[in-house]
Amino acid sequence: MTNLTHAQHYVILGATSGIAVATARRLAQQNCKLTLLARNADALQEVASDLSVRGASEVNSIPSDLAAEKDQASVIKSISEQHGQIDGMLIFYGILGDQSQAETDIEHARSIMHVNFNSAAEWVLAGAQTMEAQGSGVMLAVSSVAGDRGRRSNFVYGASKAGLSVLMQGLAHKWAAKSSKLRAVNMKLGFVDTPMTAHIEKGGPLWAQPDDIAKVIEKALTKGGPNVYAPWFWRWVMLAIRVTPGFVFNKVNL
Amino acid sequence: MIVHSSDSIRSWGGVVKAHHDVTSPNRLRDLQQVFHADLRDGKTILAHGLGRSYGDSCLNPDNIVVKMRGLDRFIAFDPQSGVLRAEAGVSLGEIMQLVVPHGLFLHTTPGTRFVTLGGAVANDVHGKNHHVSGSFGEQVRAFGLVRSDKSELTVTPDTEPDLFRATIGGLGLTGIISWVEIQLVKISSSNIEQEIFPIRTLDHFFEVMEENTPRFEHTVAWVDCTARGENLGRGIFTGGNWSQDGEFVPHSNGGPNMPVTAPGFALNPLTLKTFNSLYHWRQASKEGRSTCAYAAHFHPLDAIQNWNRIYGVKGFFQYQSIIPFETAREATREMLGLIANSGQGSMLAVLKTLGDIPGRGCLSFPMEGVTLALDFQNKGRKTIQLMESLDAIVRAAGGRLYPAKDGRIPSDMFRAGYPDWEFVESLRDPAITSGFWKRVALS
Repeated sequence: MTNLTHAQHYVILGATSGIAVATARRLAQQNCKLTLLARNADALQEVASDLSVRGASEVNSIPSDLAAEKDQASVIKSISEQHGQIDGMLIFYGILGDQSQAETDIEHARSIMHVNFNSAAEWVLAGAQTMEAQGSGVMLAVSSVAGDRGRRSNFVYGASKAGLSVLMQGLAHKWAAKSSKLRAVNMKLGFVDTPMTAHIEKGGPLWAQPDDIAKVIEKALTKGGPNVYAPWFWRWVMLAIRVTPGFVFNKVNL
Repeated sequence: MIVHSSDSIRSWGGVVKAHHDVTSPNRLRDLQQVFHADLRDGKTILAHGLGRSYGDSCLNPDNIVVKMRGLDRFIAFDPQSGVLRAEAGVSLGEIMQLVVPHGLFLHTTPGTRFVTLGGAVANDVHGKNHHVSGSFGEQVRAFGLVRSDKSELTVTPDTEPDLFRATIGGLGLTGIISWVEIQLVKISSSNIEQEIFPIRTLDHFFEVMEENTPRFEHTVAWVDCTARGENLGRGIFTGGNWSQDGEFVPHSNGGPNMPVTAPGFALNPLTLKTFNSLYHWRQASKEGRSTCAYAAHFHPLDAIQNWNRIYGVKGFFQYQSIIPFETAREATREMLGLIANSGQGSMLAVLKTLGDIPGRGCLSFPMEGVTLALDFQNKGRKTIQLMESLDAIVRAAGGRLYPAKDGRIPSDMFRAGYPDWEFVESLRDPAITSGFWKRVALS
C-alpha cells in the first residue's frame, strides 16, 4: 500500500464494471476521494454506498452515458471545480460485443468501435488537457491483450482496444518527455471473471478474478507502465503470439 | 439473467457430485428475476454462498442454484453504534476486515470466515463463544427476503415473527436472503490471550471443561479419536479471551493452498494415527498461555485454502451431534470408543460445550449440551454404517445432528430432532428446495 500525504482524488469512468468496483474498493480502503461515472444510476448508487462504508473519504456519483457524451471537457471541468483537483482518471468502461455479428451487422461493429475506442479516446484527450494544465496526474485506461494481434475470434473488439493502446502509448511518450508527474498507463488485461464475461464458460489458469487485476492497477497508479499486462504472464503469452509466423498462426484457431 | 449448466458445484465435503443449473445475479434487484417461471422451466432454486456446508443442504441437484457471491456490497455501517447492513453474499472475513480496525467484531464467528452473511443466517452458525453469546441469529436485527409468491420483504423479529423464526437456521428454504443487518460487538483488541490444557481422558475433559468454561469467552477442545482404552478422550482444551492490548489489526488474505486433491489412500489408519499423535504432541508442548491473532484462534483451518482436498476425490462426511449434558459423558465415551475401534477416525474431532441460549430459529442446531464434530473420509458403505451406529447413540441420548454438516441423516431422525420442521415446511417458498430438504422432509 502506498503512503500518500493527502487523499487522492480519482475519477472512475465505468464505475459499476467488475474490475472498476474491485479497484475502487482498494482505493476506498486508502481513504481516497472518488468520483464515479456510469450509466445506471441505481447501480452506481449501490456501488457508492459500498465504497463509503469501505472508507472512501468522499464519494460523488455522476450518472452519465459516457459513450454518448459530446462535451467531455465540461464534465471534467465541473468535476474538478466541485470536488477538487483530479489526481487520476481511470477508464474502465467497454463492451465485448459479438465478433460474428459485428462482421455482418455494421451497426454492431460501429458501437464496439465507438464505445471502446472513439469515446474512450475523447475522454483521454480531454482529461489529458486538464492534467497538463495542472502539471500532474495519472491517466489509466483498461485495454486488452486482444489488441496485440488480430485474431479471427475477436478482431473488431481487438482493433478497438489496439487503437486505445496506441493512443495511451502515445500519450505516455509525450508525457515522459514533459514531467515525471504526468503518467499515462495502459492496462492490457487477459480473461477476467466479471459480469462482462458471464456468458463464457470459465475455468483454467488463464482466468483471473477482478481483485487480482485491481491489485495490479492499484500499483500501476503510482509506478510502472506505460504498458502493464495483468496478470503478468500475458506479456509473455502475447509476445509468443505476436512473433508466431503467419503460416503457423493461420493454422491456429484463436 | 444468464443460466448456465455446471457439473462443478460442490459442497465442502465433496461427496455429492451432481448437475446444476447456475445463475449468478450481480445486483439485489436481479434476485426477483431468478424466480421467473420462464427462466426456471419447472425447476426449483436454492441460494448458494461459499459452499462451506458439508453435505447437501447447499445443493439442489438437477435444479437451479443461485450463486450469491456477486451480491457483496456493504450497504450501511455506523462504527459508533456497531450496526452493519450488507448484501447477503458478503463473507464474514470481509466483514472482519472492515470492522476490526474500528474495534468491532461479529458477536460470534464459526470456525471458518469463508462463509457468506446469508449462509451464516440460514444455518444459524455458532462458534467458540456459544456459551456466552449464543449463535449467529442472536445479533440479526433484520434481513431482506425475496420470495416467488410476494414482493421483497423486510423481516424483523417484530414485523414478521414467523418468517424470522423459520428463516434463522432455515437452510435457505423460506426465500432468498438478500441483505442482512447485524449488531456488531466491541472488542478490546484483535488478539486473543489463549491458554492450552492437555487432556488425558474423557473424564479429565469434563473436569477441565467445567472448571474453565466460566473463565473463558471462547472454548474448544480437539480430541484424538484414534486413542483407545485408557487414553480414550485424550486431547487438547483451548480457552481464549480477547486481549486488552488495544491493537486492532485485521487478518490478511492468502496463505498456502492445497493445490490438488489427494489420492484416497493418503489417509489410512496409520497416517491418521501419526497425524493425531503428532498433533497432540505439538499442541501439548504449547501448554500454558500465549497471545495470537484472532484468525489463528478462530479459523486455524482457513490458513490452508482448499484443505478439504486432503480427503481425496470421494470426499468426506462431517458428523456433528449435540447431546444434552445429562447423557453427554456416556454417549461421547461410547461414540469415541466406536470410532477408535473402527479405524476410521477423523483428523479433526472437535468437542465443545454449548450454553443455554437457545437459537432463535425453528431449525437452529444449538441447544445446551456437548457437541462433537467429526469428519470421516468417504469409504462408502462402511463409513455409512459407522455413522448409523453413531446415530443410534445420539438418538438414545436425546441428541440431534447439525443439518449444515449432514449428507445422509435418516429423515425420521431429523424430524425427531427438529419437531418444528413442519412449521418451516409450511413457510417454505414453493419454488425453493434443496437436496437435503427433499431427503428429510419431502420424501
